[in-house]
Amino acid sequence: MTVTVEKRVTSEETHAGHPRRPRDSYALFLLPGVLAFLTVIVVPFLMNTGVSFTDWQGVGSPSWTGLANYRELMDDSEFWESFRHSLFMVLAMAAVPTAVGLVLAAALFDYIGKHFGSRIVAVLRACFYLPQVLPIAVAGIVWSWILAPTDGSLNELLKAVGLSSWRQDWLGDPDIALYSVMGVMVWVQLGFPLVIFMAGLQRVDPQLHEAAELDGAGWWRRFWHITLPQIRPEIYVVLTWCTIAALKVFGAVYVLTKGGPGGATNVPSYFSFTTFFEKTQVGYGAAISTVLTVIILALSLIGLKLQTRAGTA
Amino acid sequence: MSTALRRYPVLVALCVAALFMVVPFLIVAVNAVKSPAEYSQNGPLSLPDGVYLDGLKDFWERVDYSQKLFNSLLISGAVAVLAVILSVLNAYAIGIGRIKGRTWVLAFFVLANMLPQEALVYPIYYLSKEAGLYDTRLSVIIVFTVIQAAFGTYLLSSVLGQFPREIIEAAKIDGADKWQILWRIVVPVSRPTIGVLLVFFFIWTWNEFLLPLVMLISNDNQTVSVALGVLQGQRLMDATMTNAAALLGVLPAIVFFLLFQRTLTRGIAVGAVK
Repeated sequence: MTVTVEKRVTSEETHAGHPRRPRDSYALFLLPGVLAFLTVIVVPFLMNTGVSFTDWQGVGSPSWTGLANYRELMDDSEFWESFRHSLFMVLAMAAVPTAVGLVLAAALFDYIGKHFGSRIVAVLRACFYLPQVLPIAVAGIVWSWILAPTDGSLNELLKAVGLSSWRQDWLGDPDIALYSVMGVMVWVQLGFPLVIFMAGLQRVDPQLHEAAELDGAGWWRRFWHITLPQIRPEIYVVLTWCTIAALKVFGAVYVLTKGGPGGATNVPSYFSFTTFFEKTQVGYGAAISTVLTVIILALSLIGLKLQTRAGTA
Repeated sequence: MSTALRRYPVLVALCVAALFMVVPFLIVAVNAVKSPAEYSQNGPLSLPDGVYLDGLKDFWERVDYSQKLFNSLLISGAVAVLAVILSVLNAYAIGIGRIKGRTWVLAFFVLANMLPQEALVYPIYYLSKEAGLYDTRLSVIIVFTVIQAAFGTYLLSSVLGQFPREIIEAAKIDGADKWQILWRIVVPVSRPTIGVLLVFFFIWTWNEFLLPLVMLISNDNQTVSVALGVLQGQRLMDATMTNAAALLGVLPAIVFFLLFQRTLTRGIAVGAVK
């Protein structure tokens, strides 16, 4: 989403040299936005950070405990476990969808688009994108029913094709639940990179491909040496965006597993939610969400850097 | 011809993959129209004998689905319109007005968009209680207007940064003030981007879960996503109910998808690759 911003800033700088434009009177238009942002985002964010240094329970007056919450977090195995699960979510929501999305987008664009027409491409793309418009809570309902242990569709299907021994309690078995949630997230997430990559591919000069084809380069070689480098900005956009989404994943975990069984699918977002609203350890919950925020902001900045570098290269 | 033949395996593979993506929707639709007896007898994979709509009707009445749809429409619609207005005002100052320090202002909005809601949720919950706005649709509308406007400001600022200056200069010479230039020239010309933002804000807000879950506890205020998610989380539903819930949750999404498919894909292109 941010490919173009840095370029624009530099082009603005050249305009900024124009003398005597009374541009600051435009600042008035920014007033409602700034006020709204202060009330809804800045103040709550600062409050959250402040509360993370207290032992506040949500009622009464908070007492300052300094870094005690953070020190406790360091030794909290539940916390580390939830972050370990986050890495699995990054795999399921960013790495896999990006890789698969790239191959699918290139195949749709090169093969299907050229040989079978854009109508089929549009229909196939729509199929892949459909889960993206679904509320995550609804996706969770659909999948928790499909993955149900007794008469879930997946288990019934395995029985029907004679693989009864493969039947599982997909969401109830602590050894499997995390992988089941990952599978659902791949399904949810795939459409986003696919659509972005297909839009990016339209930018690639077809002559590059034709020249390479004449030189005898096969599809994989052209994919690797032409397509990939050309849509690098989009790849960074997608990876940054999806990684952030993966770190924030909440609705799916709430609906599918509630972090269970036995914490096997707990993630920081869900962990902070339960710490806030079920255990009412607001100070501790604030510390969890502050750590999460720092990680997300750091990753966003890295992502922005990579994108702008890829965008200007 | 021979090259076309070589392409067919790719087509078949992609069709199978696409089918895998839509199969969950299909089995939900098929099972939502089965009677409980039929479901328990034949399981989830059989085709329905007939169309049995009582399950859907029961579920609709039990969760007062009309109310939930109304709440979702009201909240998402209001957020879409208000967030677009806020984004336009912000982006006008940043993209056209080129106010001082605009890079920092823009960075501020981008960061606001990246902040996880987890780091805002408790203070927002607390402050809205203090302000008497807790468990009102208005509270959710205000919060999401601002959150969505963060993205809108960012996107519109970059679009307006490339707005042809000559048009604005010409309007100034004709005596138009800034307010008139904004509504008579900038907004109409930017209509494609604004349309994309409206659609995105509407659908994003419709799909939001964490904040509405925390903020909207009473039945009369809940959105579709929250009502269905909470029911599922409580594990109160049998298989027939689950399917009714899933189908009723999926249908609006599919309607939006069919209505807005062009805007959605064009919008992603506007956002990512301009």
